[in-house]
Amino acid sequence: MARAVTTQRKTLNTILAWAVGLLIFFPILWTILTSFKTEAQAIASPPIFLNFDWTLENYAVVQERSDYMRFLWNSLIIAGGSTVLGIIIAVPAAWSMAFVPSKRTKDILLWMLSTKMLPAVGVLYPIYLICIELGVLDNRAALVVILMLINLPIIVWMLYTYFREIPGEILEAARMDGATLKEELLYILTPMAVPGIASTLLLNFILAWNEAFWTLNLTAVDAAPLTAFIASYSSPEGLFFAKLSAASTMAIAPILILGWFSQKQLVRGLTFGAVK
Amino acid sequence: MSIKSTLRAATALSLISAGSVFADGHSSTITIATVNNGDMIRMQGYTDQFTEQTGIAVEWVTLEENVLRQRVTTDITTNGGQFDIMTIGMYETPIWGANGWLVPLDNLSDEYDVDDILPAMAGGLSHDGTLYAAPFYGESSMIMYRTDLMEAAGLEMPDAPTWEFIREAAAAMTDRDAEINGICLRGKAGWGEGGAFITAMSNSFGARVFDENWVPQLDSAEWAETLNFFVDMMSESGPAGYATNGFNENLSLFQQGKCGMWIDATVAASFVTNPNDSDVADSVSFALAPDTGLGKRSNWLWAWALGIPAGTQQQDEAMQFIEWATSKDYIELIAENEGWANVPPGARTSLYETPEYQEVPFAQMTLDSILSADPNQPTVDPVPYVGVQFAAIPEWAGMWTQVSQEFSAAYAGQQTVEEALANAQAIATEEMEAAGY
Repeated sequence: MARAVTTQRKTLNTILAWAVGLLIFFPILWTILTSFKTEAQAIASPPIFLNFDWTLENYAVVQERSDYMRFLWNSLIIAGGSTVLGIIIAVPAAWSMAFVPSKRTKDILLWMLSTKMLPAVGVLYPIYLICIELGVLDNRAALVVILMLINLPIIVWMLYTYFREIPGEILEAARMDGATLKEELLYILTPMAVPGIASTLLLNFILAWNEAFWTLNLTAVDAAPLTAFIASYSSPEGLFFAKLSAASTMAIAPILILGWFSQKQLVRGLTFGAVK
Repeated sequence: MSIKSTLRAATALSLISAGSVFADGHSSTITIATVNNGDMIRMQGYTDQFTEQTGIAVEWVTLEENVLRQRVTTDITTNGGQFDIMTIGMYETPIWGANGWLVPLDNLSDEYDVDDILPAMAGGLSHDGTLYAAPFYGESSMIMYRTDLMEAAGLEMPDAPTWEFIREAAAAMTDRDAEINGICLRGKAGWGEGGAFITAMSNSFGARVFDENWVPQLDSAEWAETLNFFVDMMSESGPAGYATNGFNENLSLFQQGKCGMWIDATVAASFVTNPNDSDVADSVSFALAPDTGLGKRSNWLWAWALGIPAGTQQQDEAMQFIEWATSKDYIELIAENEGWANVPPGARTSLYETPEYQEVPFAQMTLDSILSADPNQPTVDPVPYVGVQFAAIPEWAGMWTQVSQEFSAAYAGQQTVEEALANAQAIATEEMEAAGY
C-alpha cells in the first residue's frame, strides 16, 4: 500500500515537474518554432504550432544581413572576460568574509547587494562621460570591467555562501602545515569549492551574456554583442517576428548548449549546502 | 598548478581579446545609426554601390526605434561621436538643430535639388528656415479599408470622410461571429503609438494640447469629445483588447482580414497590398483620414531623416552619403531593382510627378495625406508649438508617454474618460510648470 502511494506520488511529481519545466521552456520553444515560419505564419491567428511549412529562409536573411560571428565573438569576450575577472577578484573577497569576518561583514555584504537596486539608467550619463574621457566607448575591455563590477556583488555573495560550508579547520590545518595565504586560496580552498565556483561562473556568464542595457548603450560597431544583434531585428513598424525569432534563436543557442552540457554542475553548485 | 595556470591564461586571454578591436583597414568609414524599417534595411543592401562610387565604407548600427532614440540622444547630448549619421525623426530634428547639435544641411549640391523636397517635410525638419536633416522617407496617416466589406455593408467610402461616417461604417462592417472588427486603431500607450494617433485625432475635433501661453488644455470639452468618441466607437466596433494594440498588432489583424478599416501610417499601404503577406491584398482601398468639418483632418506627419551630429570627425563623408541616400538617383536605383512600389515615399515632389509612380495604388492618397497635414498650424485654434501629432519640445516624449498611459487605462476600462483626462491635465500641468513654461 505504502509502495503504491509512493509510486503515485512519484508519477504526480514527475508530471508536475515536466509541466512546470515545459511551461518555463515554452517561450524559448515558441521562439525557435517561429524562426522556421514565414512572416505570415508567425502572426497567424489562431497560432500555428507545428503544422506549417518549415523554412530556413529567416536564417538565410539574418546571416546575409548581419555579421553574426562578430557579434558572437564580442559576446564571448565580454561575458567570459567579465566573469573570469569577477571570480579572480571575488574569491579573495569572499574568503576574507567567510573565514576572517569582522563586525561589519554582514553590513558590507548587504551594502554590496544594495548597489544592485540602483536603476542602471540613473548612472548612464556619468558612465558614458567617463567612457568618452577615457576613449573607451564601443570598447570590449570597458564592457568587461563594467559588467564585472555590476555582477561582482552577486559573485561575492554566492562564493561567500559556498565558502561558509567549508570547515575552517581544514584551512587552519593547511596553515599549520606551512601553507601561505596564496597556497591556501589556490590549492586548498579553490579545489574544495569547485562546484560552487563552477555554478557561480556559469550563472554570471549567463547574466553577462544576457545583459542588454550597458551592452546596447555603450557599443556601436566594434564591441556590439549579441544583444545588439537581436535589437537590430526588432521593429515597431513592420512585422518581422520570424526574422526576430531567428536572430533570437541564434543568440541564445550558444548559452542554451552551454547550459545543457553543464546542467549537472549548475544544479550541484546551486544546491551546494542546501541539504545538511 | 593547473588551476593557477588556467586562471592566468583565462585572464590574459580575456583582457587581450577585449582590448583588441576589429580593424577593417579602411581609412574612411562612416558609422550610421538607423531603425529596423523596411526602407532602411533595403538601403543597407545598396550601400556597396555608394562605397564603389566614393571609396567611403559604411558601418550600420541598426536598432529598434525606442532603443535608437535613447542611444543617439545619449551620444549627441554628450558629444560622444559614436555616429557620423543618425536616423532621426521630425520630433528630434528641430529641437537638436536649435541646440546646435546637428550640422546644418545648407551646403547641398545643385544636383541634389533641395527644393524638390516636399515643403511639409522640409518645414518639419528645419529650424529657423535651416534644414538640419534630409528626409529619407516621409509618411502621413490615412484610412485603409476593405472594399468587399464596404460593399457588403451597402456603403461607399468618400475620398474625404467624416468621423460620423467612419463610425457608422465601422458598426455596419462589424461581424463578431466572423471575427471581423469594423475598425482597428492604436490604443497602445506610448507617445509614438496610441499617443500619436489620439493627438492627431483630437486636432480634427478642434482640440489642442496647449493654448498660446503653453497652458495644457486636456480638460477642455473638445478633448472630452475626442476621447469619448474614440472609446464609444472602439467599444462598438473595435477588436477586443484594443488598448494594447499598436501599429504591428493592427497590421497583423488587417492582413488577416479581421479589420474593416484601419487608420494608420501611409507606409502600411505597401504591406497590406503585398499578396505575399496580406490575405486581403486584392480588396484594399484608401481614403483621407477623417475630419469633423472644422477644417483639420486627423492625419499626422512624420519623416525618418538623416542628420549629421555636430561632433562627427567625418562631416564631408557623411554629407556625401546623405546626398546619395536621399537623392533622386537613389529613388531610381530602387525603382529599377525593386519596383516603384518599394521606393522610399513621401520625401520628394518629383517622385509624385513620375508617371510610373502615379500608377502605384496608394501613391496619390499618400501625397494628398501628406499635403493635408500642416505641422506649423496643426489645430483649429492657434497653438505655440510645431508638430501635428506631437509638440516639438523636449518635454513632450516623457509627458505624452504618461498621458497616453492614462488614456490607455481608460480604453481598458480601468478608469473613466473623465478621470483619464483629469489625470492627464494634472500630469501636463506639473511637467510644464517644472519645465518653466
